[in-house]
Amino acid sequence: MNRRTVLAAAAVFSATAALSGLAVAAEPVKVGAIECLTGPAAKYGTMIKAGFDLAAEEINAKGGILKGRTIELIYEDSAAQKEQAINAAKKLIGRDHVVALLGPTLSNEMFAAGPVANERGLPIIGTSNTAKGITDIGEFVFRTSLPESDVLPVTLKKAQAKFGIKKVALLYSNDDAFTKSGFDVFKETLEKLGIEIATIETFSVKDTDFSPQLTKIKSLNVDALVVSALAEAGGGLVLQARQLGIPKTVPIIGGNGFNSPKIAEIAGDSADGVIIGSPWFIAKEGAQNKNFVESFRKKYNMDPDQFAAQAYDTMYILAAAFDRAGEADSKKLRDALTKTDNNGLLGPFKFGADRSPATAEGVVVTTIKGGKFTLLQ
Amino acid sequence: MLAQQLFNALVLGSVHALFALGFTLTFGVLRVINLLYGFYVAAGAFAALVAVQSLGLGLWAAGAFGVVVAGLVAVVCDFLVLTPLRRAKAPELSSLIVTLGGVLLMNSLMQIVFGAEVRRFPARLLGQDAVTIGPLVVAPIQLVIIATVFVLVALLFWFMERTRLGTAIRAVAERPDTAALMGVNVGLVVAGVSFLSAALSATAGILIGLNFNAVHPYMGEPMMLRGFAIIIIGGLGDIRGALVAGLALGFLEVMTAGYVSSNLKEAVAFTALILGLWLRPNGLFGRASGKRA
Repeated sequence: MNRRTVLAAAAVFSATAALSGLAVAAEPVKVGAIECLTGPAAKYGTMIKAGFDLAAEEINAKGGILKGRTIELIYEDSAAQKEQAINAAKKLIGRDHVVALLGPTLSNEMFAAGPVANERGLPIIGTSNTAKGITDIGEFVFRTSLPESDVLPVTLKKAQAKFGIKKVALLYSNDDAFTKSGFDVFKETLEKLGIEIATIETFSVKDTDFSPQLTKIKSLNVDALVVSALAEAGGGLVLQARQLGIPKTVPIIGGNGFNSPKIAEIAGDSADGVIIGSPWFIAKEGAQNKNFVESFRKKYNMDPDQFAAQAYDTMYILAAAFDRAGEADSKKLRDALTKTDNNGLLGPFKFGADRSPATAEGVVVTTIKGGKFTLLQ
Repeated sequence: MLAQQLFNALVLGSVHALFALGFTLTFGVLRVINLLYGFYVAAGAFAALVAVQSLGLGLWAAGAFGVVVAGLVAVVCDFLVLTPLRRAKAPELSSLIVTLGGVLLMNSLMQIVFGAEVRRFPARLLGQDAVTIGPLVVAPIQLVIIATVFVLVALLFWFMERTRLGTAIRAVAERPDTAALMGVNVGLVVAGVSFLSAALSATAGILIGLNFNAVHPYMGEPMMLRGFAIIIIGGLGDIRGALVAGLALGFLEVMTAGYVSSNLKEAVAFTALILGLWLRPNGLFGRASGKRA
């Protein structure tokens, strides 16, 4: 064994580590849905499917759409793979003759499958895509999910008003596209709101030790920590911040990555006081939301999440658009979608000129208390 | 703040050193680049986690369980994967490729069994409430880590220098063929070292899992890269070198993140590696290549 071999080993190791159919009246209206039902993003895809199924079941039970026709959902699994999402879109359009498409789960998949639907003139509605540029794909591409750039400013404004925040430390994982884009939005918004950024600290998504950064931040006496990280690193960071003695009077404000029960699971009591903005949360007020949560629990024996709620709302938006279009025609459906005016789980909803949600009115700012998300009063 | 940062550095450095101890032993004695080492970190941590959650064992019993399980897994892996190579006197690089395949396979299996999500040990297993000592905020687990590293280093020295098995291990490290002719059971020594190094790796995994509350199938991966840097700077197979280099790397990383920029934290480790190779090509306590452990 010599050092050169070891270096070669190190090099190899690091290289790998880095590793519309014509429909007859009373026939069901076919809608395709492309979701990650297996693979790494399956937990999102299965929640989305649960939301669609519940809403479709309710709509069909109440007499369906287009004067008595039912919605028939046909699912294809994209397994978090772009290629599979494209094939799924082609299959649903070409063989199943669906009128519209829902999904895919991931932004990356939408960038692949969106153009397929757009070229064929079929509306495709993403319910969980938050990346920039999704609806730039074409005029048949819609999304009902709020991009992070809409959610984060609402969170910051609310926290500023409540805690009188003047000076913050900004932290983010600099080796992940999602957390980096969250950081960009946070930074821009903080500057706009006139909040001083005392320091910007970075870490890797794989990091477990944040003590040097947090020790430094502790000495700067900031009013809040603003963090763009995935739930895993975020939970550890919150825990260490409290352990190192950054008091609970200094709130920790998280991006969308924090919107996960994982935070409380990892950080335990230390997660109390963490602030997160979300398009939806389970204890949202109103009879409509209570009904949704109850039916969901009854049907699936588990709690719904944000993705299920977004999917549920989207199905109602789609059903209303079909009725406005007057027939199961893709082009007419597209035009009808642009005139959406829904009041659902996510609050008042309209599409903007860019076919993304017009406002962020529905965003709720929540805080963790006793391990659970509650409304920040 | 300086005192706290120095303490942070001591903890991180100890974690690095702890991880590197078994790693350097595998290199020094078995002369294989065993990438499976990173898997043993997670294997030990998960075994201990299962012992706590499903078997209801206490921390120390669960820790011992995790260490033994990882050690036995290592003996089996070593037998299945590396013994055929040894018998064929395959070149050193083949062990790298084989164990690379091995670690990918084992990590994927772990992910299938346990899922990819990050888990943690139950919060009240070990007093997690930090105590304030003068200017320092110290968590009990951090003291456990520092103490463990120094005790293990002392024990390893004693074992290698004073015991029969230790002498046999050094003999095998020096000249496996000659050692065999002299009546040393090479197979047993190889199995013993595999067990020992994986046990050390598992100890690191469990303590790190407790300290940072992050147990997941790929937890060994980011540590491997730093592990390479440490054992190269410290000298292959050099226990004292691994300790000093581990502590030094922890110090450099924390000071860079604390006083320069956290952006440069990663770069420091590898700059140190390059400088180490230029200035001390045979390791910190450089002896001639091949005569260590």
